[in-house]
Amino acid sequence: MDFHLTREQEMLRKMYRDFAENEVKPLAQQVDEEEMFPEATVKKMAKLGMMGIYFPKEYGGAGGDVLSYIMAVEELSKVCGTTGVVLSAHTSLCCNPIFEYGTEEQKKAYLPKLCSGEWLGAFGLTEPGAGTDAQGQQTVAVKDENGNWVLNGSKIFITNAGYANVFIIIAVTGVVEKRGRKMKEISAFIVERTDKGFSVGKHEKKMGIKGSSTCELVFEDCVIPGDRLLGKQGKGFNIAMATLDGGRIGVAAQALGIAEGAIAETIAYTKERVQFGRRISQFQNTQFELANMYAHTEAAKWLVYSAAMKKNAHEPFSADAAMAKLVAAENASDVTRRCVQLFGGYGYTREYPVERMMRDAKITEIYEGTAEVQRMVISGAIGVK
Amino acid sequence: MKCIVCVKQVPDTSGVVAVKEDGTMDRSKMPTITNHDDLAAVEAALELKDATGCEVVVVSMGPPPAEGMLRELLAMGADRAVLISGREFGGSDTYATSQIIAGAIHKIGVEPDDIVLCGRQAIDGDTAQVGPQIAEKLHLPQVSYAAEIKVEGNSVTVKRLLEDGYMMLKVNTPCLITCVKELNQPRYMSVPGIFECYQKPLEIFDYEALKDEPLIDPDTIGLKGSPTNVYKSFSPPVKGAGMMLEGADKATVDQLVGILDGKHLI
Repeated sequence: MDFHLTREQEMLRKMYRDFAENEVKPLAQQVDEEEMFPEATVKKMAKLGMMGIYFPKEYGGAGGDVLSYIMAVEELSKVCGTTGVVLSAHTSLCCNPIFEYGTEEQKKAYLPKLCSGEWLGAFGLTEPGAGTDAQGQQTVAVKDENGNWVLNGSKIFITNAGYANVFIIIAVTGVVEKRGRKMKEISAFIVERTDKGFSVGKHEKKMGIKGSSTCELVFEDCVIPGDRLLGKQGKGFNIAMATLDGGRIGVAAQALGIAEGAIAETIAYTKERVQFGRRISQFQNTQFELANMYAHTEAAKWLVYSAAMKKNAHEPFSADAAMAKLVAAENASDVTRRCVQLFGGYGYTREYPVERMMRDAKITEIYEGTAEVQRMVISGAIGVK
Repeated sequence: MKCIVCVKQVPDTSGVVAVKEDGTMDRSKMPTITNHDDLAAVEAALELKDATGCEVVVVSMGPPPAEGMLRELLAMGADRAVLISGREFGGSDTYATSQIIAGAIHKIGVEPDDIVLCGRQAIDGDTAQVGPQIAEKLHLPQVSYAAEIKVEGNSVTVKRLLEDGYMMLKVNTPCLITCVKELNQPRYMSVPGIFECYQKPLEIFDYEALKDEPLIDPDTIGLKGSPTNVYKSFSPPVKGAGMMLEGADKATVDQLVGILDGKHLI
């Protein structure tokens, strides 16, 4: 077992860190306060080849590995949780399913534009009545006489929605009987922003990751060509679940980055702030709190990295991703809350970034499967039924 | 056309400067960075590559770990790298260093439309001598302190940054230009660049590889070939924080005079 990063990964880490410090951190407060989607930053990331890190060069990717991508989400999230999730949703939830399940034509049509960052990607599964319970899907897709698919329905809470050009959409395509029970047949589709009958609806105002674009998607007799079906008809549920497995590593990396960023800010602050004639870093409470936070965050890191490496090696990683996300997300919420406490009154002000990090951390326990869903996945994997 | 860029890996002097007992810097105890002015030279070469498709060769003299820096420059977009490294070269001053680097550049070959780029000076030695000396030894025209470079065919227009203004100069290739960090904002390494940088060619020029070069003379390289020696290096004593007085009124001026008078400075 090798716990060392490759020389390329070390170099990438350095590049991501420089980029995050110089380009992302100076904008993080504005991104949060003005709910500003970091469009200019995404363009810069695109120029550096960050929008398709682990996809092969023949499809316009950088030809890297999954961990190299995960470290990018981590480093960006250290300074700005919003920028981290833009990359994560684009890569894990849009590029990845097209790469895994797309036909050669679909891969050639979409991946080069997505990997170059010319286009941004998003993924639509959640509906008002169907989040964790994916069988509750109401959006339907019906094949018309010309062989086109006609979509009707709506999706909510879709990350990147306001700026994405390509959406992976999960919809009901019929009813099938499984073990004597009638079940919805679910399929996946590729929808383009310019498709007739498609529109982006209400923009959500959120507690954290405020700059990320979270919107409703509306399909009103949205007609798309027959060749936009992604994967086999009826395999949409599996595609969605497998996509979310990968996405969870991205969210786990986001959570990991937020915790690491908050710890770094707190270490710096406690070494400056003087109370009772001593730097507050000299108090044992500060030392023990930060020691605990650092140790738990390092533990989370290895779960995240191990899940990324298993995905890269095409090993089963569903439970690993669930464990990584569960541990990293709960740790991020815990760590950021403790960091605000160590900052005292200043931590509660927007003058310092830790209150933003605390708000940003919470979402990682919720989206792409709540912490409870992760526990369901893990308990299922260890045979506790 | 190609650009040959001379780059130095230097200790990060923004932190603590470690000094050995003999008064020289203890480089092993200090983190290393690529010299800022040299990065500007690399960026200038890469911008020329973007515009003309020319080849960019990065050259550094240093111990074997300097390969890491060269790989980073390859990841930024340079095409190939040369590391000049050998025991015989150790301890060289600017005279010996420029002798060796000029020998290496001669071995690489300077064509009529080539440009050699250097940083103005390294943050460790701060001499600003190596670039100009390389030019002299290669018999190339040199322009120092470039804050803007425009290339049109074989003609290069350079805006020199001087203390009290700018000077515009035109020079023909082949030439050597030393760059200041104000010249540009160096780009980041790119992700694909990082995955490719270990596949790009990196040659090591040791003494054996360079010994037949006319410029390489055992008596003028290395510590024993260096006419100058470092006598002592030390961190300057830390100055206390200054005091700021603001205002253009009489009261502020009186306050200033009072302070200076109190310190018996006037």
